[in-house]
This record gives sequence, structure tokens and C-alpha cells, in this order.
Amino acid sequence: MPIALEARDLVKEYPGVTAVDGVSFSVPEGICFGLLGPNGAGKTTTVEIIEGVTRSTSGSVYYYGEIAGARFRQEAGIQFQNTALQDYLTVLETIEMFRSLYDRQANLDEIIEQCSLGDLLGRDNRKLSGGQRQRLLLAVALVNRPKLIFLDEPTTGLDPQARRNFWDLVQNIRAGGATIVLTTHYMDEAQVLCDEIAIMDAGKIVTQGAPDQLLFEKYGDELINLSHGEIRRPNLEDLFLDLTGHSLRT
Amino acid sequence: MLQRIYAIFRGRNREFVRDRSSLAWNLLLPVALVFGLSFAFDGQRDEYTVGVLQAETEIDTSAHPFLETKYVRFVPYEDIDKALRKVERHQLDLLIELGPPARYWINPAATKGYFVEFALLQSAAPVTDAVAKVQIEGDPVRYADWILPGILGMNMMFSCLFGVGYVIVRYRKNGFLKRLRATPLTAFEFIIAQVGSRMVLIMLITSFVYTGTHLLLDTRMEGSYFTLFLVGLVGAISMVSLGLIVSARVTSEELAGGLLNLINWPMMMLSGVWFSLEGTGETVQKISQIFPLTHVLDSARAVMLDGATLADIAPSLAALTVLSGIFLAIGSAIFKWEQY
Repeated sequence: MPIALEARDLVKEYPGVTAVDGVSFSVPEGICFGLLGPNGAGKTTTVEIIEGVTRSTSGSVYYYGEIAGARFRQEAGIQFQNTALQDYLTVLETIEMFRSLYDRQANLDEIIEQCSLGDLLGRDNRKLSGGQRQRLLLAVALVNRPKLIFLDEPTTGLDPQARRNFWDLVQNIRAGGATIVLTTHYMDEAQVLCDEIAIMDAGKIVTQGAPDQLLFEKYGDELINLSHGEIRRPNLEDLFLDLTGHSLRT
Repeated sequence: MLQRIYAIFRGRNREFVRDRSSLAWNLLLPVALVFGLSFAFDGQRDEYTVGVLQAETEIDTSAHPFLETKYVRFVPYEDIDKALRKVERHQLDLLIELGPPARYWINPAATKGYFVEFALLQSAAPVTDAVAKVQIEGDPVRYADWILPGILGMNMMFSCLFGVGYVIVRYRKNGFLKRLRATPLTAFEFIIAQVGSRMVLIMLITSFVYTGTHLLLDTRMEGSYFTLFLVGLVGAISMVSLGLIVSARVTSEELAGGLLNLINWPMMMLSGVWFSLEGTGETVQKISQIFPLTHVLDSARAVMLDGATLADIAPSLAALTVLSGIFLAIGSAIFKWEQY
């Protein structure tokens, strides 16, 4: 599989703090790649450097072997963690506006159907629920038939039903052949959606690989004995906590 | 490129037009100001007021030639103390009692009193020295005629500065600019769309307000409508460009509001919105030349009140063009998409 995306030695320094400290990874075409980490680990900064919305102090990003530039902007779809849309615009107008910014344009009806927005087209952006809003932001990320999609903590704040619905959408998109880069701190989400993950802490990648492979490498056939007597196999959350510690992050 | 510019242009237009309160404010405020000010001040600007001490409530103009003087409003007073207090406070220019014996009271510090006294003394003993008199005919420039360009210019200034400056800062703060940056849209395309949207909206609103007040108050228009439109257009470009400088980097709406007011207020006070700068000090007049609004108002008044042609106002249009170029160059050079 060709490499769709490659980050090489990314560094981002702010006065007094290094938010991203030499991050490198590559994402093969067609997989869902998860970037995990506790709050403040540097995953959003890393993804924003790759997306081109934040300047790195050093390092480079390659898209299909070329420095990420105009082609990348045309072919990448992005859903930010927090994004405001224009006030007073309807769902349909918002999708149409973003669609018009690209040379490559997806079929409007397909996006609307894919993101289940058919009943909301005339509704003001400001009057959407959390789940509806996330579906709209995903639709905005799909307006250019992206080959590469960034989803930055897309299910934060959603109820379980909306999260499951969103997972289905992501799996459908992936089935269509797109490469997905997902940042999340929900381990169950990463377990369900990701083919490969990288766990970040303090601006660095501490481990990277397929979830099952990482679990096997760390725990082998080991079982975990929980405090209330239950015994079970270790999961991604156990791995995450073992690698990044139990202390609270701010 | 044009497709992207048009998409942002249309989005911004929709946002503005659907924000009813903002739209109403932009349309109604200038109309209300022109009407209010013209009714409040028209016809009172240069009127002299003289109190006549008498018991009757009606003034008999045949009682003394002075009472037939034009442009003087004669008000009867029965209570001398009340009338004298008015003279003290310059609310009456002069107080007269026709007697006998006839006498009058005047406050030597009151400018208008000085001239009314002249009129009184002349009416008592007319001067007949032969000084050639030439009569000029013409309708007076009413306050409404004079204030209309000022109010339109002020509305344009607020709309251009806040409509672009404040809005871009809001977009930057709430992350909408960051979202746009992740698309193929360039900073140049975004700025052109914002400027274009504001230009179209402000020219439509200003034309609407001008037409409405012109028809209702029958304001004076000596020059060409095209020339006036051109003044508005070039002036709006200049003020939108000035707003871009403020919005280029600022991330806080509070700071943006403060900076915009820092520009608005001196410009409003020193550009001749409310009063003419004729007769003010040389320094004030020189400072006023750095404000785009001064050139807009000077040109608009010249066209509307004096019938100035395009050639007559070319220096002001050239000054506005140069200012726009400077503001745009600075704004584009320092423009930043992101918040940090």
C-alpha cells in the first residue's frame, strides 16, 4: 500500500514549552490511523501542523511523497475539534459554501444521505444538537471527496447513541477507500475504528502499531485482575494508562 | 478563484442580511439621525432672540421700528427678574422695555447681543451713508442639506470599520478562520470576498438611505449622482481597508472594539460630521486630512451643495485612493489566520 501521509520530525515550540517534540509517523493509504494521548499530549497540535493550519518550528509533512501543498489542500478533508460556522446559514447553505471552495466536489445528495442530514437542510446552524452538528461538520469535511480525512476528537461530548451513529459513518467512509487520521481519547473508539494507532505523551510518540499487536507485545497472554475480583484481558485503555501514567493532566 | 471568492462573498451577505437587528440598525439609525437633527436645528441656527418687557402677551410690531427687524424672534416677558436671568445666561440676546422711558439690557459677553444692539441703535437712528448694495439670490442651505452627507459618511464609517474589522476578529476568535485556512481558500481571496461583500452592502444601504431622505426632505443635490456614488465607493474602499488593519492580527473582540473606537471617535470629531472645520486651527485641519472620512465628506458636500464635478474633487479622490493603497498594503502584510 502506498504511503498517503508522512510526518517527519515535527517540532512545535511555544515560549517555555515544547508541544510537539520530534514526532514522526507514516499512514498507509486506506487505513484508519488513530492518534491517542491524554489532554495536552500534543496530538491536536501535531494534527494541525499536518493539516497546515499551524506552523511547525521544524519538520516536514509529505502527502503521497510530495511536500504537502496545494494538492493536499484540495484532497484533504478536515473536521476540527472545535469549529464555528457562519451564523444565520442553513445546513444546506453551509455545505454548499464549503463545497464551492474546492475544485474536486462531491455529489451534494450523496453527502447529505451519507451524513443523514436530509431532514435538517433548512435548519439554522445554530439550532443543531451536538450530534447533528458533528454530522454537519463531517459533511463539510467530505465536500471535496477527500482521499485523506482528519477527524479531531469528533465524538467528544456526544451521547452514546450519537457516538455509535458517528462510528458507523466513519466506517462507511473508510469502506469507500479514504484514509482516515483520527485523534481521540476514547479507547473504545480507537479499538473499534483504528487499524493502527500511535500513543502520544508529552509531545512524543511513545508507541505505534496495530492495536492487537501492541497489546500482545505489551501483555502477551497476561490477564488483569481487577480490584473487585474480575479477571479479564488487557485492553487499549490499560495499555494507554500503563504508557502515559495515572496522574491527572491539565 | 472566482468561485471561492463568490462562495465566501455570498455567505457573508446572507449572514448580514439575516441578522435583522444589525440590518435595521444600519438602515434606521442614519434616517432617524437626519430627520431628528434637521427638525431640531433647522431654522434656529442663526436666529436672534430679544425679550420685550411688557404686560401684553402679543407684541405690537408697530410700537417701535426695531420690532420689525427681520431674523429676530421677539418674545414678550412680564417678569423682569426672569428676563434678566435669561440675558445673564445668554438665552436672550437683549431685553428691551419700550417705556417710556425706553431702555434695554445687554450682556457685554454675548456675541449675538452685540449685533442685536447695533440693529436696535440703527432702527432708532438709521444710517443713510451711501454704501453700494448688491443683492444675491439663492435658497439657503438647510441643516438637513448640510448634515446628510455627514450622517451618511458616519454610518458608512461605522459599517465599514466594524463590519469588516470586528467580524474578522470574531471569525478568528471562534475558529471559523482556522476552518477556512484548511481549505484551498487563500488569504487574498478571503479578504477580497469580505471587502466585496461589505462594499456591496454598504453602497446599497447608503443609496437606500440617501434616496429615502432625499425624497422625504427634498435635500439639495447640485451635482451628479454618479460623482456622488463614486465618492461613496472610493471612500468605502478606503474605510474598509482601514478596518482590515485592525482585524489583521487582533484576536480579542474587546481589543478590536477599543481600537476601532480609537479610530472612529477622532475621525468623527475631526472630519466635519457634525460641524464645519472652517475656521478651526491649522493643526486641526492638517490632522483631519489623514482621515478618509474628511475627504469623503468634503467631496460629498462639494458635489451635493456646490455642484462640484469629478475634476473638482479629483484631489480628494486621489487622497482616498492613496490612503486605501497604504491601508490595504499594511493589512495584507500583517494578516494572520490563526489565533496564536
